[in-house]
Amino acid sequence: MKLLYFAWLKTKIGTAEEELSPPPEVSTVAALLDWLAARSGGHAEALADRDALGVAVNLEYARPEDPVGPDDEIALFPPVTGG
Amino acid sequence: MIRVQREDFDLGAEMAALTAGNHAIGGLAVFVGLVRDVVGEAALGAMTLEHYPGMTERMLQRIDAEANRRWPLEASLIVHRYGRLEPGEQIVLVAAASQHRQAAFDACHFLIDWLKTKAPFWKLEETEDGPKWVEARAGDDQAANRWRESGPGTRE
Repeated sequence: MKLLYFAWLKTKIGTAEEELSPPPEVSTVAALLDWLAARSGGHAEALADRDALGVAVNLEYARPEDPVGPDDEIALFPPVTGG
Repeated sequence: MIRVQREDFDLGAEMAALTAGNHAIGGLAVFVGLVRDVVGEAALGAMTLEHYPGMTERMLQRIDAEANRRWPLEASLIVHRYGRLEPGEQIVLVAAASQHRQAAFDACHFLIDWLKTKAPFWKLEETEDGPKWVEARAGDDQAANRWRESGPGTRE
């Protein structure tokens, strides 16, 4: 599973991208965020405010209950500020 | 049509290309976003726009398609820049052309309001206090919601 981090999430986690293999029971966005938050202090801090977190699975906005799998590209980011 | 690019754009050339050969167009509405030189009380030195390549293009195409579904447009365009930009530089261009002005105005307004809340861009501002990621504004959500509640066609 490929994880991408943008804006201040990248800074807090310390990398823009990582390849991870969560256990099979991590099968939803919500479960993935819980699993990621336990990986390091930086991850925990970056993922502390779930309401303010944007998630995309394979380039589409995703909700907490949406499924995730080993071949997915998951992006985590703060609210968008373009324009 | 949509484009995501580092380079600046020439507004006149873009408008000429967008309307070339189509004389059904009676109205062309354009919005251009520029980098301001002040953030709150602090002077802005520059701003860096980060985005999510792949998803950005997909979202912009969807926003463009939605505008064309809602209004009878003859042409439409979104150009969004990324990278480091200094005060006065152009960030974004949205344009909508239609037979009549109302559809052009409304579609142009819709394009920028939806882009601001859906396209995956993030702004990093450099001031004398150091670099700071811009926070999303509640007003941007309200502006986008307006099109959900009262736009012609309320389906997202």
